[in-house]
Amino acid sequence: MANVTVRLAIRDAIAEEMRKNPDIFLIGEEVGEYEGAYKVSQGLLAEFGNKRIIDTPITEAGFTGLAVGAAMGGLVPIVEFMTWNFAFQAIDQIINSAAKTLYMSGGKVNIPIVFRGPNGSALQVAAQHSHDLSSIFSNIPGLVVLSPYDSADAKGMLKAAINSPNPVIFLENEILYNESFEVPDGDYIIPIGKASIKKSGKDITLVSFSRGVHTSLEASKILSKHNINAEVIDLRSLRPIDFETIINSVKKTNNIITVEEGWLSSGLGAEIISRVSSEAFNYLDAPPLRIGALDVPLPYAKNLEEQSIPTAKRVAKECLYHLQNN
Amino acid sequence: MEQNIISGNVIDVLGGGRKLAKLLKSNTGIVLNEKTVYSWKQQGVPDKWKPVLVKLLVKNGFEVPKSFLLPGMDIANFQITNSKNIESLYSTKDSNLEEISPLLLKEFYYEMLLLRRFEEKVGQMYGLGLIGGFCHLYIGQEAVSVGMEKAIKKQDAVITGYRCHAHLISRGTDPYVIFSELLGKNDGISSGKGGSMHMFDPKNNFWGGHGIVGAQVPIGIGLAFSLKYKNTNNLSVTYFGDGAANQGQVYESYNMASLWKLPVIFCIENNQYGMGTSIKKASAGNDLSKHGESFDIPGIAVDGMNPVSVYLAAKKAANWVRSGNGPIILEMKTYRYRGHSMSDPAKYRTREEVQRMRDEKDPIESIRNKLLNENIYNEEEVNKIDKTIRQEISDKADKAINADVSNLDNIHTHVLL
Repeated sequence: MANVTVRLAIRDAIAEEMRKNPDIFLIGEEVGEYEGAYKVSQGLLAEFGNKRIIDTPITEAGFTGLAVGAAMGGLVPIVEFMTWNFAFQAIDQIINSAAKTLYMSGGKVNIPIVFRGPNGSALQVAAQHSHDLSSIFSNIPGLVVLSPYDSADAKGMLKAAINSPNPVIFLENEILYNESFEVPDGDYIIPIGKASIKKSGKDITLVSFSRGVHTSLEASKILSKHNINAEVIDLRSLRPIDFETIINSVKKTNNIITVEEGWLSSGLGAEIISRVSSEAFNYLDAPPLRIGALDVPLPYAKNLEEQSIPTAKRVAKECLYHLQNN
Repeated sequence: MEQNIISGNVIDVLGGGRKLAKLLKSNTGIVLNEKTVYSWKQQGVPDKWKPVLVKLLVKNGFEVPKSFLLPGMDIANFQITNSKNIESLYSTKDSNLEEISPLLLKEFYYEMLLLRRFEEKVGQMYGLGLIGGFCHLYIGQEAVSVGMEKAIKKQDAVITGYRCHAHLISRGTDPYVIFSELLGKNDGISSGKGGSMHMFDPKNNFWGGHGIVGAQVPIGIGLAFSLKYKNTNNLSVTYFGDGAANQGQVYESYNMASLWKLPVIFCIENNQYGMGTSIKKASAGNDLSKHGESFDIPGIAVDGMNPVSVYLAAKKAANWVRSGNGPIILEMKTYRYRGHSMSDPAKYRTREEVQRMRDEKDPIESIRNKLLNENIYNEEEVNKIDKTIRQEISDKADKAINADVSNLDNIHTHVLL
């Protein structure tokens, strides 16, 4: 076990897989000489050279399409978006070209590709740089959507993504890049589609992913002071979702609250609660609840931003209200 | 030790510690102490700084010592060459015409006629309600696909938009599986899940069949990227129309293809109308062959109604690309006789315009006449070929009509592997 940042865990996953397979390459804006806008690709150009670590012009639609073509041609591209916000420029290639080709070709052409980069809000970067795309991509058949929380998962899940024969959306988080967590030694993979119970509990199930896991864990600390023992589930995989783990937890706690940083309308919480209501309705002691971003484009000012995204305090408060009034 | 001598030389060549520290600052924005830079003479240049030093050496015309390069680094990627010997591309010498053997003319005739009879049959079946959805026919444009195909190799990759039936057949795909796909049958090339616009045949190096106008262009340069990455001498032929030529990602693709010298022929099938909009109303600067100029991509305008012209231009282009010169644009001036799709009555142009093109420029008629005039075939022989093709097409269409519809189990397969 070693203590490493999420940033380094992602870098190590890329480097280790690239050492194994010469067909893997990394492409994106500033990934080479600059070593990544968020320094995720540190040292990769020096190790692998500019044939495999490719600095692109600022041309998201173009290089995303190029990567899809390279995947058709037998390579394994890792496409870095400086932030996922910029992937809107390229979303046609991700959805229409990468996600649908296997189906439209009757299984003849698969697209092994990883699209990765920081997703969601950072610190005061305002509406156009803070979009959480998780629910958009989770809506699309033909994509795998992953979003890790800690370093161990970031590394193991990225390895799974790189080795997947399918297009994988890998949603990282800028604020988590600097957080350190323990990472197991050696080569390992976290299987796609498996959630992780981050904290076991019996009174209420909190389901979240990415930075929301941190918020939920912090909230559970506040709740424990009120003698409420919350179970915190890290989804890890947003498509497919591990409903089995969620429903088993609900059968135990009889309460569920989802926590996400995206908007609630047609969001991941809506999807999870719909499934829980259909499959475990009789186990619920109270109506399920969703917590998410306020229904506004994210504002810039610090105080406004803090109000707009779920905090541990807000999650704890809503949990208490929920449990006490139902 | 040897590394340190080389590092020392590199630093001296680039002006020593102080000057190099300044150069590095202006190139990367990172401020380095000149003593640190100077110390690299003894300790060797850290790997992290090697790429930018290589860039500076290349930029200033110095030789880069081989052992200074990092593993996997390709010096060609640092080189910027603006001058190209493009005269050879534009020479109008007709000596090439000698390459056009009677056999080649016969093949042009057979293959273009096959495409035409296929598409005519598709049009009939659509009219009968057997084919659904959008369906775009290639009738009139046959010279392009046939002429191009004759000039490239099977190992080359081909990709196009949604007017794709002809390109598949030219690549060698059995018309039966295309008919079956159009009819939504189990034997269809995509098991009935793609339809007219989405067909892929990797075995014949055909990569779609794309329904979003222009989106196939960056994918096409991606295929070229993979061919270069794998050190092959193969190329990608990336087809798109005059309508797609206005999409932003086409220019993004020109830029990257030229920057990285990707082996790609951009083949623009300019049939004069992007759906119902004339190129005159849609493109500023109607000369699409010149749209690559500011990206340093040469372009040739070609009579796309003549397979011989197409073939000769394609040979030149393929040769240019395979010699490592990077991309080239071929603008095929062509014409489609039918509407944009089966549901288009084509009111944006006159009947006379279409009739004039059919009478004066039809690629099949002109090759047929050439075969007859040069006594390569007699009237009876050309008619017999037509009859054989009609029979083959009719048999394959009937077989597809009688085949099983797509299996319901196909709904859930091939979403993910």
